[in-house]
Amino acid sequence: MSHSKANNKMVVKLLVIVVGMFGFGFALVPLYDVFCDVTGINGKTENSAASYEYIEIDESREITVEFITRTNTGMPWEFRAQTARVKVHPGELTTVSFYVRNPASSDIVAQAIPSVSPGTAALYLNKTECFCFNQQPLDAGDEAYMPMQFYVDPQLPEEITYFTLQYTLYDVTARASDLTTKPNPFMVPQPNRDI
Amino acid sequence: MSKATEIMTPDAVAPQDHEHHDHIPKGITRWLFTTNHKDIGTLYLWFAFIMFLVGGAMAMVIRAELFQPGLQIVEPNFFNQMTTVHGLIMVFGAVMPAFTGLANWLIPMMIGAPDMALPRMNNWSFWILPGAFLILLSSLFMEGGGPAFGWTFYAPLSTTYSGDSTGLFVFSVHIMGISSIMGAINVIVTIFNMRAPGMTWMKMPLFVWTWLITAFLLIAVMPVLAGAVTMVLTDKFFGTSFFDAAGGGDPVMFQHIFWFFGHPEVYIMILPAFGIISQIVPTFSRKRLFGYASMVYATGAIALLSFVVWAHHMFTTGMPVYMEMFFMFATMLISVPTGVKVFNWVATMWRGSLSFEMPMMFAIAFIVLFTIGGLSGLMLAITPVDFQYHDTYFVVAHFHYVLVTGAIFSIMAAVYYWLPKWTGKMYDTTLAKWHFWCSLVSVNLLFFPMHFVGLAGMPRRIPDYALQFADFNKWISVGGFAFGLSQLIFLALVIKACKKLGDPVSSQVWEGAEGLEWEIPSPAPYHTFETPPVVK
Repeated sequence: MSHSKANNKMVVKLLVIVVGMFGFGFALVPLYDVFCDVTGINGKTENSAASYEYIEIDESREITVEFITRTNTGMPWEFRAQTARVKVHPGELTTVSFYVRNPASSDIVAQAIPSVSPGTAALYLNKTECFCFNQQPLDAGDEAYMPMQFYVDPQLPEEITYFTLQYTLYDVTARASDLTTKPNPFMVPQPNRDI
Repeated sequence: MSKATEIMTPDAVAPQDHEHHDHIPKGITRWLFTTNHKDIGTLYLWFAFIMFLVGGAMAMVIRAELFQPGLQIVEPNFFNQMTTVHGLIMVFGAVMPAFTGLANWLIPMMIGAPDMALPRMNNWSFWILPGAFLILLSSLFMEGGGPAFGWTFYAPLSTTYSGDSTGLFVFSVHIMGISSIMGAINVIVTIFNMRAPGMTWMKMPLFVWTWLITAFLLIAVMPVLAGAVTMVLTDKFFGTSFFDAAGGGDPVMFQHIFWFFGHPEVYIMILPAFGIISQIVPTFSRKRLFGYASMVYATGAIALLSFVVWAHHMFTTGMPVYMEMFFMFATMLISVPTGVKVFNWVATMWRGSLSFEMPMMFAIAFIVLFTIGGLSGLMLAITPVDFQYHDTYFVVAHFHYVLVTGAIFSIMAAVYYWLPKWTGKMYDTTLAKWHFWCSLVSVNLLFFPMHFVGLAGMPRRIPDYALQFADFNKWISVGGFAFGLSQLIFLALVIKACKKLGDPVSSQVWEGAEGLEWEIPSPAPYHTFETPPVVK
């Protein structure tokens, strides 16, 4: 009957919508990342090194950057910023350092995840070097200083004079077991240099 | 000879005697293999009722624990399982199947079709549901217990911190989703292809209209839910990092994806209710529905807006101010089409010759109490104050007003309205009055004080609370137990009605009732409209 043909045609069309929306659910993942990259609303910073060319340092403005550290639940490392806050001029290259110690009896690989608040400031925070770009292995009982070099883009909106950069340290030993052998270029072993 | 019986009925199971179309197959196989929309509607409605009682029993556990401060009856982890599974069962097991059951029973009769367009798929979409809920309920008996992360299963609660039963949870939600999608496809195809001659779009009863729009919402967002649970599954068991910050994911993204499904979902649970009320109010006002076209457009507007308001569930996640403003105003905009609906119902009653039979009582209770729920929703939409209300009992009060005195009262109104058509006998109106008044008083005792304790800061989903909330919680629990017991009156009434006790009713049943379903005999014959009626 013609009805059943029409029905089948319609079912196929509707199934296309269903499959499309299932795909859309997954497409939301990259869309979300792109959207956040463009707008900076979730406070994520670039996950790779920015290159620094000499730019005019804007001496007229002074930005306070505050550093906060925390470790995820179950992550035993000690983790603190050597500098709690630093005042910088936009365009000026600054290096700060973070202290970590692994008090556990096993080797642990860590991954630091940055988050900037207010989120829009993340778009103007450029890191030329960061321990957060890589996973960081530390043997049981060891300690280390991890450097982070950054500059603030002079395009930073006028109203932002103060922002906070938070690092959360995650234990990624389980998923990183095959990567731990890679030497880490940013880890400064003891004895340390003070920055 | 209808195409439904010719093409779709399995001959071995239901041999059709072409001379006597009302030959009904006997025994359990009738229900297992049925492709009859009325049988499947009945199955859905009974299933929803049973799930309503099961989910209600869990609510009783929750209220018993909260009767007084401190931990006395259940472990906190079990309490969390109760809140989680109560929510899942009521949303996916009670409200949604009940509406699908009503759609099955009523849509073909309302548009003059002999059956649903895809009867075989209809059978499947029902019969996979009991399995889904068996899986979900059996997960409660696993070592470590069932899902305990709330029905919203936020990551990382459902990934890093959940038990092994999460796999069963995901599997059961997948099956529920497939069932809903099949049901929705069936409704859309039926309405598009099987309307009787003359049944133009703008002549369709509003229940059909609201269900059509609901069905489109379902096929748009249930796949997104399926995607979200799949991501939770792979994050938990297969090492992906969709929602794990350590691996480059983002737990807040879970909330965005979930509520992209979740907000249209709450309209899935209320639009058919709007349709039911729009059928009942004109009947007992003995007037035509005021503003039919505006009702249709308002329903469409609500459905479209539902896709751009999801982040109002997430005001406290640290969004930039301009986004909070957008979601606040978009949310408030929804009150405009909703206000149109409430206005139209009241305007329909205005100067009507009202009578207050049971369906009308529930419909009026719906209009008043749903509006209370809508107003508290408007309060929650205001971003700055939402920071106070977020995750408190104020939110619990809000969504129970719109879902219990909204969606569930509308389902009860529908049962009281169409039950005589289904059974051919008038139900026991004394019991019905007892059910109505007990429910009305207890439901308000149950949910209204939740506004107060919520505003005073009592957090939701916690098995213990500060001493100053003790008196209110005692009353809330008393209301809860009373509301639970009241539903047993309803159960008794429905069982009595199904045994066909009571006075026979005419085909119109209600004096002011209009529409195709009131033109066929009561009880509705097993097969109806095999020759399509002509709608003028």
